Amino acid sequence: MVPAILGKKVGMTQVFGPAGERMPVTIVEAGPCVVLQVKAADAADGYHAVQLGFEDVKPHRSTLPAIGHSRKAQTSPKRFIREIRLSDATDRKVGDVVTVDIFKDAGVKYVDVVGISKGKGFQGAMKRYGFGGQPGSHGTERKHRSPGSIGAHAQNRGTSGAIKKGKRMSGHMGSDRQTIRNQAIVGMDAENNVLWIRGAIPGPPGGYVVIRKSKTRSE
Amino acid sequence: MRHKLFGVVEGQYRRQSELNFDIGDTVVVTTRIIEGEKERLQDYEGTVIARKGAGLDAMFTVRRLVGNEGVERVFPLHSPKVVSIRTVRSGKIRRAKLYFLRDRVGKARKLRERRVSAEARAAAAGARLERDRRVAEAQEAVAAAN
Repeated sequence: MVPAILGKKVGMTQVFGPAGERMPVTIVEAGPCVVLQVKAADAADGYHAVQLGFEDVKPHRSTLPAIGHSRKAQTSPKRFIREIRLSDATDRKVGDVVTVDIFKDAGVKYVDVVGISKGKGFQGAMKRYGFGGQPGSHGTERKHRSPGSIGAHAQNRGTSGAIKKGKRMSGHMGSDRQTIRNQAIVGMDAENNVLWIRGAIPGPPGGYVVIRKSKTRSE
Repeated sequence: MRHKLFGVVEGQYRRQSELNFDIGDTVVVTTRIIEGEKERLQDYEGTVIARKGAGLDAMFTVRRLVGNEGVERVFPLHSPKVVSIRTVRSGKIRRAKLYFLRDRVGKARKLRERRVSAEARAAAAGARLERDRRVAEAQEAVAAAN
């Protein structure tokens, strides 16, 4: 199975590297995760994957379908459930437990972390897309942070005079799925189910994340 | 409340010994210095005038005179580059930050010495470790109860 685990962001701190240099790290409570389902290409699913569940939720706060689903793995219902896509069949069984040791066993040094970024609310084009805004003076009045012209007419080279779809404007920012790639694993502690990763990861403390072996960097 | 996992992670990097110096103490701080390829140890002796920060971020400031110029160096308490912190003398002080020493000239710079026997020093250190251990235990117990 591709080394991957589900976890919860705890927060950031700094630790010392081997040469005494300080580095920023994010602490993640990672696992233990239970395999809730195994999908195989030769079965009805048509592709290989494992479904992992992280963190118990009280049965009375869960739903009967979720309780029934987790019962097949002889476990309690889980709060955070994600599927890990695999290229080959895996020997993991329903009910197996995945811990941070999965990274150590596979010798993983770099990981990608997927999470939901912090919500920023309704933001202007300057914060949201890094637009330059308008001059502070030289006759500019009451529109120093406006995005400027959004096009004259028929920007889509069509017959209508409408603005092209996807034009970058102000709007809701954050609360998006974000992936940060190639973050180095600094340390882990299987006993306490904790992993610390160099640099920042998406989301607020308490946010749920998927951590998997880096797709692009192995050394 | 700070998540208990901060303690788990930071505990792996924390200095284990020589935390038993106080403000006002004269200490010899041995640091590891990397010069190009070579590595050597350097001693720096002076008076501890401040300690600030908590956890792994804790820093302490050591003041000394070089020639006739006051020099202050700030060390990260838990850095592996700080090899050892040896207490030479203890000063009698009444405040936590000795910044007033910066304005003092000549003999006024000296702090009255607090005579501490080796046994008393060891006992104090032991008591402090014991206290830290008890606090840690209590925190663990609370964490376990939650």
